[in-house]
Amino acid sequence: MEDVICTFCGSVCDDGEFDLEKKKIKKFCKLGSSKFAEKQRIKAPMIDGKEVSYEEAIDKAVEILVNAKKPLLYGWASTANEAIRFGVLLAEKLGGVYDQCASVCHAPGTLAVIEEGLPGATLGSIKNRADVVIFWGSNPAEAHPRHGLRYSISAKGLLVKDRKQRKVIVVDVRPTKTAKMADVFIQIKPGFDYAIISALRAIISGSADVVPNEVGGVLKERLVELADIMKKAKYGVIFYGLGVTQSRGRDRNIENAIKLIQLLNRTTRWVIWPMRGHYNVVGAGEVPAWEVGYQYAIDFSRGYARFSPAEFSAVEVLKRRDCDAALIIASDPVAHFPMSAVKHLKQIPVIQIDPYPNMTTLLAKIVIPSAVYGIEAEGTAYRMDCIPLRVKKIIDTNYWTDEKILEEILKRVEKLKG
Amino acid sequence: MLWIKNGIVVDPKNKIKAEKMDLFVKDGKIVDETKVKKQDCTVIDASGKLVVAGGVDMHAHIAGSKINTGRTMRPEEMRVVRNIAGKFRATVGRVLLTAPAIGYEYAKMGYTTSFEAAQPPIGALHTHEELDAIPMIDKGALPVFGNWHLVFKCIEEKNMEKLKALVAWAIERSKGFGVKVVNPGGVEAWMYGGNVKSLDDQVPGFNVTPREIITWLIKANEELGLPHSVHLHCNNLGVPGNYQTTIESIKLANGFSNAKRQVLHVTHVQFNAYAGSSWRDAGSGAAEIAKVVNSMDNVTIDMGQPIFGHATAMTGDAPFQFSLHKLIGARWSNKDTEVETGAGIVPIGYLPNNPVHALQWAIGLELGLLVDSNKVALTTDYPNGGPFTEYPYVMAMLMSKKMREGELSKVNAYVQKATGLTSIDVEKTLYEVIHMTRSLPAKILGLENKGHLGIGADADIAIYNLNPLETDTSKEFEKVYKMFKSAEYTIKGGEIIVKGGELVKEVYGRTFWVDATKKADIQAVMPDIREYFNYYSVQLGNYGVEERWIKKPARIEVV
Repeated sequence: MEDVICTFCGSVCDDGEFDLEKKKIKKFCKLGSSKFAEKQRIKAPMIDGKEVSYEEAIDKAVEILVNAKKPLLYGWASTANEAIRFGVLLAEKLGGVYDQCASVCHAPGTLAVIEEGLPGATLGSIKNRADVVIFWGSNPAEAHPRHGLRYSISAKGLLVKDRKQRKVIVVDVRPTKTAKMADVFIQIKPGFDYAIISALRAIISGSADVVPNEVGGVLKERLVELADIMKKAKYGVIFYGLGVTQSRGRDRNIENAIKLIQLLNRTTRWVIWPMRGHYNVVGAGEVPAWEVGYQYAIDFSRGYARFSPAEFSAVEVLKRRDCDAALIIASDPVAHFPMSAVKHLKQIPVIQIDPYPNMTTLLAKIVIPSAVYGIEAEGTAYRMDCIPLRVKKIIDTNYWTDEKILEEILKRVEKLKG
Repeated sequence: MLWIKNGIVVDPKNKIKAEKMDLFVKDGKIVDETKVKKQDCTVIDASGKLVVAGGVDMHAHIAGSKINTGRTMRPEEMRVVRNIAGKFRATVGRVLLTAPAIGYEYAKMGYTTSFEAAQPPIGALHTHEELDAIPMIDKGALPVFGNWHLVFKCIEEKNMEKLKALVAWAIERSKGFGVKVVNPGGVEAWMYGGNVKSLDDQVPGFNVTPREIITWLIKANEELGLPHSVHLHCNNLGVPGNYQTTIESIKLANGFSNAKRQVLHVTHVQFNAYAGSSWRDAGSGAAEIAKVVNSMDNVTIDMGQPIFGHATAMTGDAPFQFSLHKLIGARWSNKDTEVETGAGIVPIGYLPNNPVHALQWAIGLELGLLVDSNKVALTTDYPNGGPFTEYPYVMAMLMSKKMREGELSKVNAYVQKATGLTSIDVEKTLYEVIHMTRSLPAKILGLENKGHLGIGADADIAIYNLNPLETDTSKEFEKVYKMFKSAEYTIKGGEIIVKGGELVKEVYGRTFWVDATKKADIQAVMPDIREYFNYYSVQLGNYGVEERWIKKPARIEVV
């Protein structure tokens, strides 16, 4: 089978070849191939560790959800839009909280969009046009292994033909694997992204004299050189990663970077884009945006959507002990959340929907295994640049899809709640 | 089955001017009296009430990456609560609305069809997902063609067979409805920071001009015989003096004809109807444009009327959006899209005291008043000019000079010298305004069963608490406004969805798409498409939308 679409990282490569007999995927990177290899699965739905039918597990889940005053529905980054939509509707119906993985990841980028907008481009535009590519606090060689080949570093474009016609720059706190592939590597002191971006803005707007001799561990000459490369680019791009969103300054770093892009566009063309992680974390934000108005940290306890990241993101809700049940889907908060948040998860009934066992499985009261999108189920996912792709079903399964599980839960909740 | 009794029907397509008559509905269609058993009908007493076809919005940005990025960028827009979750969905939004809010608000106003006006082909699946999330109304979407490298290539090669094949293929793949052209050539120029300034500027890097792009696409559109004509957002949008470019573009329709409809629809013309050389001396070019449109029988326009208050500029015209960002210093989103197209978003507001905004407001009205009612459809280019929920305001303004005088006294006096609005005595009749919001947009789109109440038409009906025989629309503008804001009944596909201005039933409409693949030799262009897909970021096999992925697809085959 050809044109198989990978459901691992935000690159969502769509050129895989799946050998149905050997059950092997070709062309994908190590991360993608491991997703398509056989792995340990949750065998059957469980209540308190005891195997039950899907119907029983769903009935029990519905009972927990309708009896909760304010359930938290969290996860969503590794499932399809069709499932996410039912999840949003369910959160609205229950008067609960909808939050998704971005709130501990790229959400500062969303806050920056609220402040300044998002001057961006699709990966296909970048591959064909970008003659300067900057990875800032992002490391595709390890996190998005085929990004460079398909879209950025060595991609063969229509207008910018190949690696030779493209300048690659890495800005990071350590020499990453990507840095080794770059023409220019600028190592900065941790937490100095904001200051360095400000210095670049000053140099580009003609006020180089206010920039001190060294900023964030980088000599002024090097910043002037970098500014010069940026100004001379015909079409440049900054791909930023968690190194910028989750270090000192957070959303303000991105806001500053967007202002830099605004400035550069007065004389040439530049775009900026986040290196989103999970294959459909973009969908986990886009779907609630069109259904209820916001991307994440959404509370429905008043019967309509309210957005407030400092109050309604999953970690905050848990730390405040402001939810009395949780539905966790396609995510592992127990492994990734701070202890203070996990502590409350241990106190409340947790329903987990996931194809694979993880740390969260260990404390879930109800576990509902599901089919893997892109392998056992078809559905829509948005690549990191918001390009929609319909991921495919390539092998049969007896597992229910997230979509079906959530649709069933929603149907029953609607019946009970009216 | 429905029996709508004793209503006063206004149905311009069927030349019915306020006649008392009964309507019958069966299986979602308007049928003859003999086709229903009256005892089985639900009877609606429409005595003394206005009965018209459901409204048709032929140009609005209601679905896809643009409006959704707008929502994300502007949470302040989403903080207006319209409906608390209960029998119906929770809805929020000031001017930018959530998908369920869009459906509900159209329905409450008696509108039953709306078309998304700009869809990047590669993002079509996103557009369709959002269209599927809009309840109550029928919908469709127009893919954009004016800056696509493949389109340029076909024109450079002067190969009409290839261009036709590409258009038919792309509309089929995107499950789109027609050919939208946005600032032809200008968006490609923007990829390196430029724009095009006239119809004869060469597009950088290509041996084509905007004039050629428009003309070739009109020719391809007409040879394919698509239901809708080319739908053009002109070059130089938002630039003082641009009315001349608009007139030149309109004249490109000369030499083409179609017995059923226009061959060129020029959209949100208000934004392209400015005289002068800068915003300091800007004036109205509406009268000149109206003269040209009125003198031609193959061109239609829509208004793009600004509404005072909040709005969000979102278009495929990326260079314009950047200029606007620089001009007003507001937030700016941009999306360069493969080698297909681009787009941008900037929040704006229209203030009555601001001379430029007042000018824009006056120009929109001038166009609505001066252009023949058979050639100008009512739009706000939602959300660029403002909310669609204020269509009743525009309707009332077109029908009442007195209302206009009252409104004029509240806006910046600059409009008095810069436009001719004060001296326009025209008052459109109710019949004309119903035409501009129903039968005309349906005709422009090529939707034969929409916008009228003849036998066989879709049973999309709006009933308003307004007796046209006893209402003086010139004087009673407040009543007219209020009544059109809130329908007494909205009927969609034969089902009552709104009663007394309140939602009573949620339904999901169809998504129309056009299949013209039999009208062209698709293979003629496939080698070029394959070659270009080496440079796309998705595989050819993963490009496009299958019909089964859409909730309620309605395929219109062109034969």
